Amino acid sequence: MTHPYRDVVIAGLHNTVQARRIDGATMRSLVTDALVGACADAGIAVTDLDGLVGQGVGEAAFDMGLGPVTQVYASQGIPSVRAAAHLVASGECRAVAVCAAGARILRDDGATAPWTRPANELVVGYGLFTAAEFALMARRHMIDHGTTPEQLATVAATIRTNGSAHPGAVYSGRGPFVAQDILDSRMVADPFHLLDCSMTSEGGCALVLMHADAAGDLPHRAVHILGSASDHLGMAYAQAPAWDLAAASGYPAGYVGRRAAETVWRQSGLGPSDVDVCEFYDPFSFEIIRQFEAFGFCDEGAGGDFVMDGTIGPGGRYPVTTDGGTMSYSHAGIIAQQIQRVMRGAEQLRGTCESMQVDGAEVALCTNGGSGALFNDLMLLGVDRP
Amino acid sequence: MTTLEPRIDGIPTPTPSPEAGPYWEGTRAGELRYQACATCGAANFGPGLRCHACQADTLEWRRSAGEGVVYSWTVVWRPQTPAFDVPYAPAIIRLDEGYDMVSALVGLVPDDIEAGMRVRVEFHALDDTITLPFFRPA
Repeated sequence: MTHPYRDVVIAGLHNTVQARRIDGATMRSLVTDALVGACADAGIAVTDLDGLVGQGVGEAAFDMGLGPVTQVYASQGIPSVRAAAHLVASGECRAVAVCAAGARILRDDGATAPWTRPANELVVGYGLFTAAEFALMARRHMIDHGTTPEQLATVAATIRTNGSAHPGAVYSGRGPFVAQDILDSRMVADPFHLLDCSMTSEGGCALVLMHADAAGDLPHRAVHILGSASDHLGMAYAQAPAWDLAAASGYPAGYVGRRAAETVWRQSGLGPSDVDVCEFYDPFSFEIIRQFEAFGFCDEGAGGDFVMDGTIGPGGRYPVTTDGGTMSYSHAGIIAQQIQRVMRGAEQLRGTCESMQVDGAEVALCTNGGSGALFNDLMLLGVDRP
Repeated sequence: MTTLEPRIDGIPTPTPSPEAGPYWEGTRAGELRYQACATCGAANFGPGLRCHACQADTLEWRRSAGEGVVYSWTVVWRPQTPAFDVPYAPAIIRLDEGYDMVSALVGLVPDDIEAGMRVRVEFHALDDTITLPFFRPA
């Protein structure tokens, strides 16, 4: 059988300025700026696009004078990239942009970000927010396996140090960090200190996917999609995020993403040991530990030790979240920071990272989501056409 | 150390859904209610339309004894909004009838919370419509 993504390449990408606040920016302005930049990066005109997937796509098509084009509004990151890939693979489109941005939605410094506050009737009265929901998962792993705050802090210090070295990161220059720095930051939702958590910011991004027959004309090395799949468990921030929720399926919620990973390994014919760089989603430090276990990089309960010996740092076997992720690079809202995981994976495989470039990287595993949100999306990228 | 108390003054008020009507009627009456499947017997929570275990549309409301164990918890020091005084301790309670719910722990200090500790429900009214269940060491 022909590989489902054989005829698709990641052709271009662009991040706008990312910052805690961007004066004068709107989601609409950031999306259009990102689209212009990504098309330039791919060496095509914006009018060469015949599909748009993501946030603000109707406004973008209007602002660019595009049309007729395929427009797909989407509220999930990797699934947006996958939808764009399917549009190209099916022959419906030849050049599709995936775009997203966030601006002007974080203006209340007394409260957590609006999308982190669950409105569900069974949860709203208990003061939960994303950090607390994810803490309920992390706590259970600590109970069952003895995972320690120092192990969590080591993850956060690694990722924040990566971000501090990235010239475009919101927290560029704010580092390096050691684990004790994380443990010394104020407690937010035990076991998460402030620096175990993602931050919030503003910014836009876009990614262009094209038919593989354009690969030879691209300014940069074409990047291929070797596999992609998702695990979702229904309404998040409504039902109790118990580690063993849905365990009867064989895939407990604590290991959400495992079933998707099995699909990705099957699609690609690869396994964890083939991965050169792990662009994992990092809403909270613990989620990196959890994903290494869920995807089969290490045994259940072994993730805490796995991250402790330099494995996930620069020069390690599995460098993680090399731009600083949502902790340090950017976290602009609903899906921009999710698409940015795929973009960073593609940059690693092109070899164009300005910081923390993994030498000779050929396979990158990019992920979105996490256990507290009851979903995990995966996309495996490679330099070879599948 | 601070003993955890219910945080109810000025907090966001739940908006009851049609599916959860009997749950909120129950809390007003001092009862913790859940759904059980008349076909397979599985306990279900939160309020839904079909059994999660067998997909039958035979869910019935039952009264829980209101006792269970702490499955997981967190102690929050940076509140969701200023309406919540810190610290407070959201938790997953595993009820003896075999279902999980999110609530918050009260009547103990944060350092005394342990996985598996026995807890019992108690009720605190926000207003005439909404009464919230909390859990205290049994």
